[in-house]
Amino acid sequence: MRTKRLEWAALSGVLVRESINFRSYWRSATFSATVEPTVYLLAFGFGFGALVNEVGGLEYIEFVGTGSVATAVLFSAAFGAMYGSFIKREFQRTYDAILSTPVDTEELVTAEVLWMGVRAGLYGCVPILVAMLFGLDPSFGMLLIPFIGMIAGVGWASFGTAISASADSIENFSYVQSAVLTPLFLTAGTFFPLDALPRGIEIAANFNPLYHCVQLVRDVTFDIDPAADLLHLGALVLFAAVCWRLAVRQTERKLVV
Amino acid sequence: MRGTGPGGSSWPDPALAYAPGVSSASAIRLRGAVKTFGRIRAVDGLDLDVPAGTCVGLLGPNGAGKSTTIKLLTAQAIADEGELSILSYRLPGESKLARAAMGVVPQLDNLDTTLTVEQNLRVFTHLYRVPAKDRDAAIARALEVANLKERADAKVTELSGGMRRRLLVARALVHRPQVVLLDEPTVGLDPQIRQELWALIDRLRTEGTSILMSTHYIEEAERLADTVVVMAEGKAVDSGPPRELVAKHAGREAVEVYGPPARLAEVELAARAAGVPTRRTGTSVSLLRAEDAPEGVIPAEGIRRSAALEDVFVMLTGEEIE
Repeated sequence: MRTKRLEWAALSGVLVRESINFRSYWRSATFSATVEPTVYLLAFGFGFGALVNEVGGLEYIEFVGTGSVATAVLFSAAFGAMYGSFIKREFQRTYDAILSTPVDTEELVTAEVLWMGVRAGLYGCVPILVAMLFGLDPSFGMLLIPFIGMIAGVGWASFGTAISASADSIENFSYVQSAVLTPLFLTAGTFFPLDALPRGIEIAANFNPLYHCVQLVRDVTFDIDPAADLLHLGALVLFAAVCWRLAVRQTERKLVV
Repeated sequence: MRGTGPGGSSWPDPALAYAPGVSSASAIRLRGAVKTFGRIRAVDGLDLDVPAGTCVGLLGPNGAGKSTTIKLLTAQAIADEGELSILSYRLPGESKLARAAMGVVPQLDNLDTTLTVEQNLRVFTHLYRVPAKDRDAAIARALEVANLKERADAKVTELSGGMRRRLLVARALVHRPQVVLLDEPTVGLDPQIRQELWALIDRLRTEGTSILMSTHYIEEAERLADTVVVMAEGKAVDSGPPRELVAKHAGREAVEVYGPPARLAEVELAARAAGVPTRRTGTSVSLLRAEDAPEGVIPAEGIRRSAALEDVFVMLTGEEIE
């Protein structure tokens, strides 16, 4: 006799644990998820905005406000997952506790990345709200932003979880941060359009999930381009799916010997 | 069909909700279990039975493979060889069903420290799939069992070490499991707190829960276990009720001889020559099976005492007591 993979009862148990825990730390999590992108937004918005009037047909605050969604999602999901899952696995041994109940590693990881991804998707909307205070006009397309953020968020949370499960110590995360996340973050088209960069980097950007998130958010806000946007969406879904499987596999290797 | 839990209550057993009608004479059964880590054979052909409704103590020195055995039973380690089952669910394939019917008290505290006592229990009612309408009652009962009712709203960080341990036990009992695994339940605790925990475990045992408890404390095994399995180097060296193990390996009486090292060596030599088993205990030497010793082998200055499980432990595992 076998039980189903990914049982809802198991996923919901893990999600309930996260939501009950969230009550004790939502202030600090919300604070950092809000303040960091807001600082970027204001620094670049006022700094560059004074020099540049228009970028790609948009006012600079519109350009950077929509672009910052991807950054906010990245910060919240990837860092939250890297450090959070490491601490829960190695220091607090929360995952041992959960795996002694009828929850399998695949269910544990899936529920964790869903939780962090959805949370990141919601935090990702903060820059849009801030940008609205500074002149970004609301549009119906913006209602899609949380969902885009959630897909990207699940991807980054899975990425962070996979890294965490591949690392032997928490110090290793600085390599990932410097060598992977920072370059991706700077070449995603958040703060300046990529056509300003060498052609090679512009092409490479197609392999940067942040770039697809930036483009998709801008397009749904200002002007949907169905063909291109389906590709962007497809890229994000593919990124999330691949990272999810990696996260499950790497975590299983750590937790089940 | 209802759970066989305490007092024949009407609590629907999650294991039975999964697979109605499952019953088994052995709560836990291992045959030839092997688990290697690289070149180390942590569990090396282990046979183990926990008859339903009994408490089995897995007694062995550090590194004997007790913790790995517990991990095999929660499927956090997968055996290389052997047959393993819990309540006739085969591991690792049906491990999830087994875990639904089992409570696990870990060696290391892994409570959610930012949550309250009540919240910790509530999370586990969800993880163990206690039906929504029964959750409050399950939490209240667990609080009562662990004597933590007054501290229900305290954060874990505000609890004493003993209370945290009791909460770990309560958390493992929140779904009224048929089987409970206790991994070194009192390691590193004060004697007084240890007594509290023993009372709690003893209550579980008398209520008919099947218990497997790993420990390296002789007294713990002696006090709580119906059957002791002595484990060394990944194998069960022998098993039986504590008294029987003592009678079998150490006889009725032991004689303890104190003296300078040279004298102890002399006594040891004479005893061995006469076929009397001995063991060193730091400052003394113990002559075992003193009742069968030939005339003149037992020195007059020796102090007679009853043979104990400790003697068996040392003889079977070759380890000294810490």
